Amino acid sequence: MVVVPPVPSSFSGGTEAIALVVLLTEFAMLRAPTARSQIRLYAFQSLAVSALAVFVAATQHIDELYVLAALSFVLKVVVVPGIVLRLLRGTRADLAGSNRFGVATMVLVAIGISVFGFFVVGNLSVHSHSLPAPAFGLATAVILVAFLLVILRSDVVSQAVGFFSLENGVSMASLVIAAGIPLIVEVAFLFDLMVAVVVFGVLMRVHHGRGRTLSTEALDRLRG
Amino acid sequence: MGWALLVIMTAPFAVSVVCYFAPVQICRGLTLASGVLTFVLAVLLVPAKTTTALSGWLRVDALSIVFLIAVAFLYAVTAVFAIGYVLPAGGNGSAARYNRRFFAGLNLFAWSMAMAPLVNGLALLWVAIEVTTVVSALLVAIDDTDSATEAAWKYLLIASMGLGIALFATIVMYYAGSSVFGGSYELFYPKLLGVAGHFAPEVVRFSFVLAVLGYGTKMGLVPVHTWLPDAHSEAPTPISAMLSGSLLAVSFYAILRFYQVTVRAIGSTFPRNVLLAFGVASLVLAALYLARQRDLKRLFAYSSIEHMGVLAIGMSFSAPIAVVGVLLHVLAHAAAKGTAFFGAGSVLRKFGTKDMSRIRGGIGALPWSGPMLVLAVLGLCAMPPFGIFRSEFLIVSGGLADPRDVVAAVLIVGVTLAMLGLSWFTSQTMLTPSPEGVVRGETSVWIVVSMVIGLAALTLLGVHPPGQLSDLLHRAAGELGARP
Repeated sequence: MVVVPPVPSSFSGGTEAIALVVLLTEFAMLRAPTARSQIRLYAFQSLAVSALAVFVAATQHIDELYVLAALSFVLKVVVVPGIVLRLLRGTRADLAGSNRFGVATMVLVAIGISVFGFFVVGNLSVHSHSLPAPAFGLATAVILVAFLLVILRSDVVSQAVGFFSLENGVSMASLVIAAGIPLIVEVAFLFDLMVAVVVFGVLMRVHHGRGRTLSTEALDRLRG
Repeated sequence: MGWALLVIMTAPFAVSVVCYFAPVQICRGLTLASGVLTFVLAVLLVPAKTTTALSGWLRVDALSIVFLIAVAFLYAVTAVFAIGYVLPAGGNGSAARYNRRFFAGLNLFAWSMAMAPLVNGLALLWVAIEVTTVVSALLVAIDDTDSATEAAWKYLLIASMGLGIALFATIVMYYAGSSVFGGSYELFYPKLLGVAGHFAPEVVRFSFVLAVLGYGTKMGLVPVHTWLPDAHSEAPTPISAMLSGSLLAVSFYAILRFYQVTVRAIGSTFPRNVLLAFGVASLVLAALYLARQRDLKRLFAYSSIEHMGVLAIGMSFSAPIAVVGVLLHVLAHAAAKGTAFFGAGSVLRKFGTKDMSRIRGGIGALPWSGPMLVLAVLGLCAMPPFGIFRSEFLIVSGGLADPRDVVAAVLIVGVTLAMLGLSWFTSQTMLTPSPEGVVRGETSVWIVVSMVIGLAALTLLGVHPPGQLSDLLHRAAGELGARP
């Protein structure tokens, strides 16, 4: 069992701020106007999650987390955005008009759902040795807003990025409540994400190739 | 028997790799050999209590073997069907490429589904099920039509989001365990089950609900089922059969693993209530949707949702006999739904359409697969002497013994409604006179053989399940906490 040093308050404040940045990035994704900006926001969010992993590794002396942070940086900040941008090269990458509601409405709904998530898991009285417990509530809020992103944006890029960022939310949650999860399992999760990213990318390309659009408006043939 | 686990872990994967490069004739033979081998090994595992390999990373107990048999059986029978279903490439390069991709994907899909009951622990289980999603999404899209692309996108997106929730559930369960094991440990089943009584109840509850919602998305539970009819109807028919008969079962297996831990931690009332809510919603809505279908494969897809509802409701009954019924239902549904989809594939080949308003006289046009499709549908409607009759009989018996026996009544009404929809459309398409110009005859003997095997298994499960299988089902029910 890992011996737990007392968590200093400046540390607590710093990590909570990073967790909040992850959530705010999710909000920014709700209104990203182009595929490129959407993917850059995802890369930035992944960077923040990797930074959190480094913080936890340093304070908890869990060396495995350094490996995870490095892998997560390479894959989610460099490789995944790179792959998706490459697959989208040559497509018309403007996503404007894919919002189902106005930006203000979407943000208000997102605030409402974040508050809901934050307080619901607050009732679980989670005790964390690695990060301040409110970060768990923030991670849950990220997961819920990721769902909004998928539901409220009608273009394949936002929907795929919604799934990728949902995984960021779950990663952050795991740093709060399951920082000691074995490295092999974490690596398996990351590998799976990579495979999913490739398949998402392939289907995005196929979709664009068939309809010359990234919009999902035409995906309404199968009903009932 | 640890070697058997290693063979199951490697054979389909190796065949998948070979199929990507080999000519279609070799792919067909290898796929069949791998399917039969996997099934034989799964059956050989039946008498053993638990078998482990790779330092405990692979582990099967009675519960895993039930699901492994469902996957392996359908893998083997689908391999037979696929021989007749996939057209020979001839000199056409793109058709040869399609066939190679198809067989490589089919084997990889079967491999990922077989890995789910083989791996030891909730984390690796999630990894295996995520792999099933990405592989099968590509297989749904393989026909490269507008509809197939749409179905594949919806499937990949919705199932992945669901699995995101399932991953969250896994991490929350890890947190529940860390109160006993400390910071770092493996999520192996025996380890978790041994100490589940010490877990914080509210955390386990949260995890269980997330798991049902997450894996329920893959299992096709209402209201998170929306990808299912699209993917089942647009995938190539052999893949539809495997999606319906094995993939949904494997997702149910994941829920049962969470159920096992939850029951040990907080008792069975809460998890049973959660499953009941999802089960009733699935059964009732699917039964109603069945009455308004126009597409033969969508009809069977909704029937799958109905049967998943029956499984969830069956688990909500406290009587052990209902749990045995649920496990038998998993096997019987795999056999019945596989056969029904094979029949649908035969009809599709013959009439060139899935639109039921344009299919008439199926029984006249298809002298073997036509009547067998009707029998498979009767099997799906829980008619004797087929396996689903026996399994639903056990579930309803358990339901009548439950304090909430009104649920058993809902179950009977739902199943009857579903039967009306299924039998109406089947009689309209199959039992009407053939239109002129339709030549009587089968498109492939392999399709007929696959249906004969499926129906034989379904009848065996109904008339006289082998003694060792009954023993296995009782042991598995015991592992789920149902002790007489």
